[in-house]
Amino acid sequence: MAGIVLDRIEKSFGETRVLKGVSLSFDAGSFISLVGPSGCGKTTLLRIIAGLEQADRGAVSIGGRDVTGIRAADRDVAMVFQNYALYPHMTVEQNMALPLVMRRLTTLERAPFLGRLVSGTGARRAAIREEVAQAAKLLSIGHLMERRPGQLSGGQRQRVALGRAIVRHPKAFLMDEPLSNLDAALRHDMRRELVDLHKRIGVTTVYVTHDQAEAMTMSDRVAVMLGGNVLQFGSPREVYEQPATIDVARFIGSPRINILAGEADGEGQVSVAGVATGLVAPRLTGKLSIGVRPEHLTLAAQGIAVTVGHVEFLGSEVLVYARETREGSDLILRLAPEAWEAAPSRQALTVAPLAGRLLAFDPVGNRVGLIGSETAARIGAGGTQPRRPEAAHV
Amino acid sequence: MTPSSPHDKSLVADLPRLALLSVLGLIFLMPYIWMISVSLKPLDEVWRASMSLIPQTFAFEKNYGRVLSEVPIGRYLLNGAIVCFGILVFQLAFALPAGYALAKLNFRGRETLFAFVMLGLLIPAHVPAIPLYIAFAQTGILNTYAALIAPSTISVFAIFMFRQFFRAMPDELIHAARMDGLGEWSIVWRIIVPNAWPAATAFAIFSVVAHWNDLFWPLIAVSGKGELATPALGVIYFRTEEAGDDFGALMAAATITTIPLVAAFLIAQRRFIEGITMTGLKG
Repeated sequence: MAGIVLDRIEKSFGETRVLKGVSLSFDAGSFISLVGPSGCGKTTLLRIIAGLEQADRGAVSIGGRDVTGIRAADRDVAMVFQNYALYPHMTVEQNMALPLVMRRLTTLERAPFLGRLVSGTGARRAAIREEVAQAAKLLSIGHLMERRPGQLSGGQRQRVALGRAIVRHPKAFLMDEPLSNLDAALRHDMRRELVDLHKRIGVTTVYVTHDQAEAMTMSDRVAVMLGGNVLQFGSPREVYEQPATIDVARFIGSPRINILAGEADGEGQVSVAGVATGLVAPRLTGKLSIGVRPEHLTLAAQGIAVTVGHVEFLGSEVLVYARETREGSDLILRLAPEAWEAAPSRQALTVAPLAGRLLAFDPVGNRVGLIGSETAARIGAGGTQPRRPEAAHV
Repeated sequence: MTPSSPHDKSLVADLPRLALLSVLGLIFLMPYIWMISVSLKPLDEVWRASMSLIPQTFAFEKNYGRVLSEVPIGRYLLNGAIVCFGILVFQLAFALPAGYALAKLNFRGRETLFAFVMLGLLIPAHVPAIPLYIAFAQTGILNTYAALIAPSTISVFAIFMFRQFFRAMPDELIHAARMDGLGEWSIVWRIIVPNAWPAATAFAIFSVVAHWNDLFWPLIAVSGKGELATPALGVIYFRTEEAGDDFGALMAAATITTIPLVAAFLIAQRRFIEGITMTGLKG
């Protein structure tokens, strides 16, 4: 178990700058996700940690040891690949044993026939078999040991790949979208299993994914990456509730956050879609972008007028795709089915954001703090109580 | 049981194609069939103006008997096997690591190096024959197995073919091997080679056929009565010195020399086709 520290990592492929000075620090034993859209540099960063790629600038240390110039095999980290990368010509047992064989036996001892003549080889091979069997038991793949990867299902291959990683007790696991080749149901199960496995063996895990739901559900902390930079590094709750930039807000959360046009007047009073919010953005005037999560919009008597488009009934909730009438921007509402039933109209509605749940972003995209939220939104304060579906039904 | 009608239908649909392939196959096989036919005919029938595929009188014993009794055909076949095997072993030993390096390792000048390999494909084997002959003569290794094997040990074609094959292998496989503690040599022999059998088999057939049938270089590198003669060269000796114009016996000798190849091909056929498909050499 070891912490990982990345110090100002830079990497370019030709003219393309893939990583622009990434610094991150992962606690020993934690489960970290690197999440971002494809091309954001997350996989490159993982490969730099693994030693499969060399950074142009910057340093990597694992467990307090600077490993920047050290080759992958000597970094004592294990990696699980998206396509599993099992050796097709070896059985499951041989696949899992190979890392131990390469580390514990000398070239002579590994030789096909000569190896048996060297004293002690047999005992060492037996010890390796024993450890492989234990790892296989942990992953419940003991019955597959004699098969070859071609004879396994996707989920089984995934387990073997995990087994090959855990069998040598590395300082850290690096996982490159390990679940993306599995079908949806299996992916969901494997998520939980990975988290369980991490709890049991407690090895620092760096998990790369483009699926924000995976990152949110599995990790202790999430690093949101975009365009070669880490935009935010925090707990899943932090990145969801207090996104540092508008890009983080857009990337995290499904369905995605609603972005509305807002404005701060000369005194900093913030209005959204022309409706005053009662919130103040200190030292800021002019155009703002206002983010509201779909579950933070409620039906109200007064507020932002919207036209309903498409409605999705999901059982536990209803997603309402609407269009804001003034500016024409698209909105998604996540309502409890009961709230949708009680809606005064199926076409034209007025909605209001929940007080204290507005996120304001300046024109550059950085989040700006709003004050006065505890004084409540004046939207909807004209008499009718705003409905709070999640309070009523969740 | 599934009804047989869909099967019949597909057979009917395939008939034109099958017919065309059969005709083409027959045209390609014709020289070989003719060779066998002549090897079974007595001399007077060979020279007869009327052509017939089936001999009127079989001269199997006379023709093949002459070959087996008058020339050391067994020796020629053994030489052929030694030379072909030697060439193949060296070709694989050089081409597999070279193909791996050109396909999967990142180093400065890799593309230039590969361009030179491609240029090498353009040079016919006959061009360096005379310089090689002079060099071998001066080092005194003419008339040895080494002289027969050495010029062919590095096959540009093999390097090219293995490079194409290895490029199709996922990078992750090699990355996983590196993380598991394998060095580059271990990666080649433990991971790459075991997965390269289809390509290696395909190449082995190309190589063995080419060198088994090669007349040009053995004719230059080996002289004298022919303890070192390869099958093709042996047949030539037989023609000029023993058989004269006895084409029946000559064709019998040629037939005997092709038997090991035909046998080897039939054994390796399935892998051969797999390999061609996987390397994308299929036209």
